[in-house]
Amino acid sequence: MTIIRPYGDTTGDGMVQLSFTLPIAHSKIAEGAAVQLANKMGMDPALVVHAKPMGPDFTFFVVYGRVHHLVDPSKVVVIERDYPLLTPKEVNAAVKSTLRRRLVVVGGCIGTDAHTVGIDAILNIKGFAGEKGLEYYRELKVVNLGAQVSVPQLVERAVEEKADAVLVSQVVTQRDAHMLNTREMSAAFREAFPSAKRPLLVVGGPRFDETMAEELGVDRVFTRGTTPGEVASYLVHRLTGTGPDNEKEAS
Amino acid sequence: MTTGKLELDTATVRRARALAKKVGRPIVKIAQQHTTISVERATLRLAGLSGADTEGTPWVNRLSDVVRADVGLEHGISLAVWDALVRGEAEDLVTLAQKASAGSVTFRLPDGRDAVRARSAAKKQVGAGIRRIDARRRERDRLIKKLGDAPRKPWIYLIVATGDIHEDIPQAQQAAREGADVIAVIRSTGQSLLDYVPEGATREGFAGTYATQENFRLMRAALDESGKELGRYIRLTNYASGLCMPEIAALAGLERLDMMLNDSMYGILFRDINPIRTFVDQRFSRQVHARAGIIINTGEDNYLTTDDAIDAAHTVTTSQLLNEYFAKEAGLEDWQLGLGHAFEIDPEVPDSFRLELAHAMLARDLFPNAPLKWMPPTRHMTGDVFKGYLLDGFFNLVGALTGQGILLVGMMTEAVVTPWLSDRDLALQNVRYVMNAAGSLHEDFRPTPDGFIATRARQVLGESIDLLERIVDHDSAHGAGLLDAIADGTFGLMKRPANAGRGLEGVARKSSLYFNPASDLLEEK
Repeated sequence: MTIIRPYGDTTGDGMVQLSFTLPIAHSKIAEGAAVQLANKMGMDPALVVHAKPMGPDFTFFVVYGRVHHLVDPSKVVVIERDYPLLTPKEVNAAVKSTLRRRLVVVGGCIGTDAHTVGIDAILNIKGFAGEKGLEYYRELKVVNLGAQVSVPQLVERAVEEKADAVLVSQVVTQRDAHMLNTREMSAAFREAFPSAKRPLLVVGGPRFDETMAEELGVDRVFTRGTTPGEVASYLVHRLTGTGPDNEKEAS
Repeated sequence: MTTGKLELDTATVRRARALAKKVGRPIVKIAQQHTTISVERATLRLAGLSGADTEGTPWVNRLSDVVRADVGLEHGISLAVWDALVRGEAEDLVTLAQKASAGSVTFRLPDGRDAVRARSAAKKQVGAGIRRIDARRRERDRLIKKLGDAPRKPWIYLIVATGDIHEDIPQAQQAAREGADVIAVIRSTGQSLLDYVPEGATREGFAGTYATQENFRLMRAALDESGKELGRYIRLTNYASGLCMPEIAALAGLERLDMMLNDSMYGILFRDINPIRTFVDQRFSRQVHARAGIIINTGEDNYLTTDDAIDAAHTVTTSQLLNEYFAKEAGLEDWQLGLGHAFEIDPEVPDSFRLELAHAMLARDLFPNAPLKWMPPTRHMTGDVFKGYLLDGFFNLVGALTGQGILLVGMMTEAVVTPWLSDRDLALQNVRYVMNAAGSLHEDFRPTPDGFIATRARQVLGESIDLLERIVDHDSAHGAGLLDAIADGTFGLMKRPANAGRGLEGVARKSSLYFNPASDLLEEK
């Protein structure tokens, strides 16, 4: 395997650029401090090419310099997503061609949790991180029950809507409420549905651990930073069994 | 006859406005026939009721819920509330609210002389609140005269959003020092769906800070301090949207906020709030804004973040025309209409800049006396901050060429991080460079009458007229084509039926006895 180094304009020159702010008034000392930081980060020599005062207390720097670190791509470890990421168009097409009807998603916040931030980020058309929420997808029917939904209400609505998937968001985590609520929810669904007919159970929130799905009795756990596109892609992957364009993801 | 630099046909422009009126008129009628729980709570806030119980439920919610349970919402709650005060059930509103939530007051609908007395007491107390809003407006005018106004147009609009009001304040003051003319404090995600306004100074929010009366007061005081330091009045912006829109508008007037995000359809389409609730709340909040001298910012940029910025360009124009109609009907003047639009065309599309310019010029020529709110690119901002910086430069150039009134400063780290100190500094350098270098270019720039830009603008206006015609002709179950068009998913692809959505339970059709002193006073004029 080839060992590589950053490339400026000559193979092996190791050149990188860096910008940052120091909380210090602009002066020769400030510029020296910027060089010192760059040196400590491994840039040597480091050249401050731009220093600009921002108000009386801050200075912005742009630094160019050489690093001596070697990079070995064969030792890079990545965790791969186990389903392909689809565009809204691909999601719609997959649902249309396999289910031949709209895929029904019922979502809400259970327990006393009044924070709909998470469920809204995923479901509302407004979306999150530049991606539109599931409501935007033509082939998804979204029923967002909002905050403080009781587990029986959620089950009842899932039955009524013939939900393919149930999305539950839990933000409040006092005394592990998110775990207790989730277990109560998954147990209720197991009781209400024969296993072949049970909707896919997906739970999300900032304090969940992605590896806990089995322990919580759900099909998937999503954590902080999950985008609507990821959730939609996962639903398609699990519910249509198509997983189109798998090769696209190979890297 | 033509108008503006695009030489738009004046008869066509007139036709567009006439259609907007035709679409909007039945909605105004529906708004006049209904009230909402939040309009009634806003009335209590104008009468001076504030504070919350130990659980944090505001007294306005406590009191209005009890009155509603006793006599219903359809008459408005003022008659029953002031009847109880006149009867001596409590010496003031807070005590009445406390007694009501303890179950020790029963409300009734007064008649005869009792009703007259209740009405006059209500009018007196709510009138004092309206006069307080008038005083805050005069105070703003005075401060602008004394301190000086923003030195140029467009006003530079910067956002703070830490979640903690005590962090927001130094950030906002620093942003003002760096050149911001307008500070917007983003609200906590999800506040729009709360059916109450939280109370007090708040230190935890999600991606934003709760809008509360105390937070408004604290930020207002801090920016007045900055205004003195910098020798120019710094404007403060918040969001009159969501389920508590009328209450937030009232608080904004009472605490001298200067601009409010306030769109006629945003809550319906993007927050799934019931359409009737939204239109009723909208009208009341706009009447308050008109009275308070507040500039509204409408939310057309959202259509372009959910739909294609070229294909859906005409929905922006349509919405601007409707927002203008609803705003003027509620008493707002041209200078108060910060009609929104955005730079969201995919930069990979050939002639994307010319298309942006055509759309922005169309807004300028259609609404020559409105300040217009120009929103930066977000959809096509990637992690490539260098390309993003260039895109923001072109966004600023369109702003300079089309005389935008309010420019929301684009950040190259959009979609990457919440803006760093250096991001904001670089963004402001970008704005200053463009305004310095090309701020007066609009004096020389005139598109060729049959060129690409003028033709595109005419096409968008034409499509907008077609859409308005379709709405007018829409089969109507509600007597208002717009409600049915919204139910059918005409805007932003969202289907929002009039009999569904959040907050529907807080809507009531007015009875013949309906009385609301705030509405009466705001309608007078």
